[in-house]
Amino acid sequence: MSEEREALTMDTFTQGLWKDNPVFVMMLGLCPALAVTNTAANALAMGLATTFVLICSGLLVSLLRKVIPKQVRIASYIIIIATFVTMADYGIKAISLDLYKALGAFIQLIVVNCIILGRAEAYASKNTPLRAVVNGTGMGLGFTIALLSMGIIREVLGSGTLFGAQVMPDRFQPWSIFVLPPGGFFVLAGWLMLFSWLRQRNTKQEVA
Amino acid sequence: MSDAHAVAAPSPFRLVATLAGIALFSGVLLSLTYEGTKPIIARKEQAALQAAVMEVLPGAVSQRSYQRNETGWVLLNEGAEGANLYEGLDADGNRVGFALTGEARGYADVIRILYGYDPEQKQVIGLKVLSSNETPGLGDKIEKDPAFQENFTALDASLEYPIRTVKNGEKEHPWQVDGISGATVSSKAVGKALRESTAQWVPVLDNAIEGGEVQP
Amino acid sequence: MDPNSPMFIFLNAFLINNFVLAMFLGLCPFLGVSGKIKTAANMGAAVTFVMLVSSMCAFGLNIVLAKYNLGFLRLISYIAVIASAVQLVEMTVKRFSPALFRALGIFLPLITTNCAILGLALFQTAREYTFLQSIAFALGAGAGFTLALLLMAGLREKLELADVPDICRDAAMSLMIAGMLSLVFMGFAGLGG
Repeated sequence: MSEEREALTMDTFTQGLWKDNPVFVMMLGLCPALAVTNTAANALAMGLATTFVLICSGLLVSLLRKVIPKQVRIASYIIIIATFVTMADYGIKAISLDLYKALGAFIQLIVVNCIILGRAEAYASKNTPLRAVVNGTGMGLGFTIALLSMGIIREVLGSGTLFGAQVMPDRFQPWSIFVLPPGGFFVLAGWLMLFSWLRQRNTKQEVA
Repeated sequence: MSDAHAVAAPSPFRLVATLAGIALFSGVLLSLTYEGTKPIIARKEQAALQAAVMEVLPGAVSQRSYQRNETGWVLLNEGAEGANLYEGLDADGNRVGFALTGEARGYADVIRILYGYDPEQKQVIGLKVLSSNETPGLGDKIEKDPAFQENFTALDASLEYPIRTVKNGEKEHPWQVDGISGATVSSKAVGKALRESTAQWVPVLDNAIEGGEVQP
Repeated sequence: MDPNSPMFIFLNAFLINNFVLAMFLGLCPFLGVSGKIKTAANMGAAVTFVMLVSSMCAFGLNIVLAKYNLGFLRLISYIAVIASAVQLVEMTVKRFSPALFRALGIFLPLITTNCAILGLALFQTAREYTFLQSIAFALGAGAGFTLALLLMAGLREKLELADVPDICRDAAMSLMIAGMLSLVFMGFAGLGG
């Protein structure tokens, strides 16, 4: 039980932001990261919905960690996650029908996003509620940032707009490929290459 | 982790009870959410439908929904499901026209449209693309291009000649739709959706109006 | 072709809007699959089979849910159905065809968290498909998934011998290939029109 007494460090929060970023480092939750990032607004909504589910399910799993028997834990986690996903689904529908139409079935597919079940099993079930919430928030924000960094690039280059407002000069001919499915793959590949280039440069500098 | 659980396996009763408890909790939470958001969602859906109907029927301020079944037309209450015909009314309660749906295969996926039909003039008086998945920058011009939308302010739908999409700049007759160059397949699909939907609905509507099944 | 005919729905999920390359469903196995064509084919067969079973179950379940106005329980019950369908398939295959079980065995539990299966059930509900249409959709989606997986595995096999720059090894390379495949599949738009 020693880990439960560990102090709440900054690392609990920042782990998901950079070091273990769910999309860029752990390559989890790629399905929404590629499917709904054709505009920045969709990416932001998807990121926030996932964060909501991460925090709530993390809190509940952590509160119930001594009640749930080991044998049925996965089934229990899935019920808990599915509950909050359905709540997010209705919430988005009540906030904006257009957004709901744009995200479609991908809100409900948050249920099978490996990040959430992974966090419940690997972190929330072993830590205090406070730590689970802080860690979940960090992971969720890391996911949202990753989605946004894809959504912004795809929207600006693919439609010449950002959050629906024109940002490119009128003469700019949008590169439609970026809002189409192949663009999603290319932008994510581009980010991964940038990160591995940065990592390589750092290692080289340390050696030198 | 709590060591007690790892050592002694809990009784099957406890397993079932835990799962049932969680399921009960989630059921309660979900039905609360559902009940809480239901009126808001219904109101928004109604408003979205109303806005769409008014967009394709210029001048309409309110709408009535009808459903066609075996016996004829049934006037639906506000918010009821299953409507396949919407009637737009102006400020004095006079009919502006009907809003009908149509669909046809586009370039990438099925294109669904809502259009306004004026039974007096026998004309299509407005069109809105409800859903499409056409190529951005090319096929999706059918949604926004003002010149293309201009086609549907007074398009002849008397069925004397079927509605047809022609090449850009070759529109000569009131029943022709001036296509978009670079979006041939998509603009043809809109024409096809209109042609098939009018062929199906216009005679039915004429009968209904003559027979007084649809209130004037 | 009529957009509502089962044949078109099959083609649509198979090629035109390929489940993996255009709708991004089932990406984890797609990107994680090893470079062996044989394994990919087995995995594809297992997913297709589970898709077919869970599509039929979801169709029946949806009728019940709609009848009692329990739409808010849809997600939970679909997940439960898929998990049990996977279990059932595993047990049946084990009982009747040990050879097939050895080939598919390790993939079956993984399929439960494959978003292509849940995605299929959710999309068929959202599009209000009939029973026949749902089956065509499931078969098309399964065939599309298998095709994408096979193509990827074939390319990976070749790639192992290629000399790629350090920074685009592994995931980045797979994503680039997936992007190009997706680009190629866009050429199927308009097929059967």
